[in-house]
Amino acid sequence: MVGIVLISHSGPLAAEVAVLATQIGGTGVPLAAAGGTDDGGVGTSPGLVEAAIGEVDRGDGVILIPDLGSSVLTARLMEGPGVVIADVPFVEGAIAAVVTAGTGASLEAVLAAAEESRNFRKL
Amino acid sequence: MGAGDLDTAFFAAWIEEIARTVGVEKERLTRLDAAIGDADHGANLDRGFTAITQALAGTEPDTPGALLALVGSTLIRKVGGASGPLYGTAFREAGKCLGDASEVSATDLAAALQAALDGVQRLGSAAEGDKTMVDALAPAVRAMSRAAQEGKEPGEAIGAAASAALAGAEATVPMQARKGRASYLGPRSVGHEDPGAASTALVLVALRTVVTR
Repeated sequence: MVGIVLISHSGPLAAEVAVLATQIGGTGVPLAAAGGTDDGGVGTSPGLVEAAIGEVDRGDGVILIPDLGSSVLTARLMEGPGVVIADVPFVEGAIAAVVTAGTGASLEAVLAAAEESRNFRKL
Repeated sequence: MGAGDLDTAFFAAWIEEIARTVGVEKERLTRLDAAIGDADHGANLDRGFTAITQALAGTEPDTPGALLALVGSTLIRKVGGASGPLYGTAFREAGKCLGDASEVSATDLAAALQAALDGVQRLGSAAEGDKTMVDALAPAVRAMSRAAQEGKEPGEAIGAAASAALAGAEATVPMQARKGRASYLGPRSVGHEDPGAASTALVLVALRTVVTR
C-alpha cells in the first residue's frame, strides 16, 4: 500500500488533517504527520519528515503532501525513487490520497487522485 | 598554488565571520522578514550557524569542500525554515563542486558559487526578479565569474561578488514577490528588501571581510 506523509509548518495542523483523512479514508493506510520543528515550533524538520517516510514506506511508494514554503522545500530534498511530492491543496489532497491509497491503488493512481482534488468545488 | 589561493582555514574563518555577522544582524533580518514573511529569518539563520560553530569546534574538515558540505548538511538539519534547505543546498553543492582540492582559485570559487546558485534554483524554482535570494546570488556569481575569467586573484573576484550581491539585494525593494511566503502578500510585498537577498549579501560581505584581512 502507498504511504502518505503530511508535512506542515504546524505540528497540530498536520496531525489534525491526518485524523480527518483517516476518519474519511479508513485506518488501514500508512499515514504519518510531520509538522513543525524538532522543538515543536512553527517550521519544518527534515529529521521528522525522514522518520515519517520510513514509518509509512511499505515498498509501494510514498507520497509527500506539503503545505507551503519550507515544507515544500524540505519535501523536495526528500524526493527520490518511490518518494514523490503531490502539488495539491493540503486538506483536500490528503483526503483524496488516503481514500485512494486505501483501495490498494498504485503510486501513480494515488498521485493522480490527489491532483484531481485541485478541481473539487465546494459550491 | 596560485597567488591568493584559499585554503581550509580561510573557509573556516569565513564561516566563523558569517556566524558572527548573523548574530549581530539577526534583528535586522527578522525585521525585514516581519514585513513580508513570518519574522523568523534572523533567528533561524542564527540557530543554524550557532550549530555549525559547535560542529566545527569538535572537528575541522581537512578540505574546503568537506567543510562547506558539513556546513550545508548542518543548515538543512537545524534551521527549520525555508532558509535551511536553500542555504543548506547552496553550501552542499558548492562543497561538492570543490571536491577534495586543498586550495581554491578564483576560477574554482566561481564554479562553486555557480553550483550553489544552480542548486538553489533547482530546489526553489526561483528566477531573477522573483524577489528572493537569487536576486543577490545570481549577480554575485556573474561578477565573480567575470573577474575569474579576467584572471583576477580571489580577493578581487570576491570583492566584485560582494558588491554585486549588495546591489542585487537593494534592487529587491521595489519588486513584487513571486516565490516563497512573501508571494502570498502580492502587491503588499513591494517596498521591502527581501530578507533572503539581504542575508545572501551578508554571507558574501563576510567572505570579502575575511579575504581583505
